[in-house]
Amino acid sequence: MLKDITLGQYFPGDTIVHRLDPRTKLICVILFIVALFLAVNWTGYAIVLAATVIFMILSKISPKRIFSGLKPMLFIIVLTGALNIFYTKGTPVVEGWMITWEGIERAVQMILRITLLISGTFLLTYTTSPIAITDGLEMLLKPLKLIRFPVHEMTLMMSMALRFIPTLIEETDKIMSAQRARGADFETGGLIKRAKALLPILVPLFVSSFRRADELAVAMESRCYHGGEGRTRMKQLKFAGRDYVTLTLFVLFLAGMILLKRTAA
Amino acid sequence: MSEIIRFESVHYTYPGDELESLCGVSLSIEEGSFVAVVGHNGSGKSTLAKHMNAILIPDEGKVTVCGTDTSDQDRLIDIRRNVGMVFQNPDNQIVANVVEDDVAFAPENLGVEPSEIRNRVDEALTLVGMYEYRQHAPHLLSGGQKQRIAIAGIIAMKPRVIVLDEPTAMLDPIGRREVLSTVKELCREHGMTVVLITHHMDECIDADRMVIMADGYIAADGTPAQLFADPELMERQGLDVPETVKLMYALNKEGWDLPLDALGVEECAEVIRKAVGK
Ligand SMILES: Nc1ncnc2c1ncn2[C@@H]1O[C@H](COP(=O)(O)OP(=O)(O)O)[C@@H](O)[C@H]1O
Ligand SMILES: [Mg+2]
Repeated sequence: MLKDITLGQYFPGDTIVHRLDPRTKLICVILFIVALFLAVNWTGYAIVLAATVIFMILSKISPKRIFSGLKPMLFIIVLTGALNIFYTKGTPVVEGWMITWEGIERAVQMILRITLLISGTFLLTYTTSPIAITDGLEMLLKPLKLIRFPVHEMTLMMSMALRFIPTLIEETDKIMSAQRARGADFETGGLIKRAKALLPILVPLFVSSFRRADELAVAMESRCYHGGEGRTRMKQLKFAGRDYVTLTLFVLFLAGMILLKRTAA
Repeated sequence: MSEIIRFESVHYTYPGDELESLCGVSLSIEEGSFVAVVGHNGSGKSTLAKHMNAILIPDEGKVTVCGTDTSDQDRLIDIRRNVGMVFQNPDNQIVANVVEDDVAFAPENLGVEPSEIRNRVDEALTLVGMYEYRQHAPHLLSGGQKQRIAIAGIIAMKPRVIVLDEPTAMLDPIGRREVLSTVKELCREHGMTVVLITHHMDECIDADRMVIMADGYIAADGTPAQLFADPELMERQGLDVPETVKLMYALNKEGWDLPLDALGVEECAEVIRKAVGK
């Protein structure tokens, strides 16, 4: 059952979006988020929505997949919508009601904003392998090494975490089955009872994680790991024509959004 | 043949331990040989192995690898690139989410050119028979496959020695066979020196030499045929013998007079057939 949990899900494919350099995609997502927060009117939202839809089509990620990813966020989305409907002052829809026309407009825009924000980042994680994302991050953050920020160590930690998530999930499953066989009950009872039931899982999991970390460190040293210095990479990230085109388009898109905001204000 | 690893009366005590884990071990390993190391739990096999690539440094005595003293901190990377090590639990030595990225880890650490890394990775994966799985996620593979990936990760480093610390202990019989045949191939066809630590006596049959460890010292050292032929020694060390040898012991007790040096199933069958035909 724990196996169903997916973090930073990646759907391999061979579309133009999949082939873009991870650095391009990371920069584009940031530009996209800035552009989204610059949208102040319907025209702005329409443009950002159009950009999202274009990338969805190009990457062959079905809307269904995006929506199923949105599901865990449903509560936050609905709550934001509701708050905006009830707490925006303006012309009431019906005399005496709290709901105003302005409230409805804002609610729809807020829901759109959150939905687009999440969908945009999903388009990144759905089309880029976690390793490519951390590699891209390492390259992009390289300048921070000048101020002694441990870029290599941080990205190595991220990729190790990604590597061990499935292993630890598998182990948790095993421990849970073992405890269940001894009569442990994880499904019933109140919050406190259930939290207590988790303790006999967390303790062995912690102990074994420390042993794992120890063995992993020895194995890495045995394979000549000695920090980021002098290290090369088998897979070199390389910008192609499509990366330059995409980046240019996104800069233009952002510039357009800035202009639009200026004229609206 | 020349010597590649040398232990000179090595003593080692783990920090905080009272008892010595290695007490005066002297050992010389020939380049290109297949050495099996056996012994009961806690006899110091892993400690011995960790001295071979400078994970541990002797308290007393010295270890040399390809002529280099392992206590020389400046030569650490040189020593480790020459002596690759594979551990028991494959899950705790695979570092990447994709098979080929994991195999590339050691050459990347050594600063090898990207195109050369690609060649080494493809070569190593082909050698262990896992080339088709290069794009797979390691955690979805079987234990034997994972262990072969770990071996490929070492081969890509191009070491002269490969030390395997109970690589088959967590594997099912199929996985064990896969790993063992890979190891034998490395030694016999690629001239690599192999040090195999194991609990399974039948994995020692094909070794050139067998070393029995007990409580931090070397209790016996010889060819597998010599050592297995001494039932008292094996009994004293609490070690099992291969099924073939057991059969011979049993037959000899019944009054047969069979030699105990036919370890493989084929050879054993041959010896019995001859004896019966007599
Ligand atoms: N990390 C450690 N710290 C302290 N003592 C250890 C450590 N690892 C092993 N030992 C001790 O060293 C001895 C030899 O252990 P080891 O080399 O692991 O044996 P083997 O691999 O043959 O089972 C044992 O008595 C064990 O208790
Ligand atoms: Mg051991």
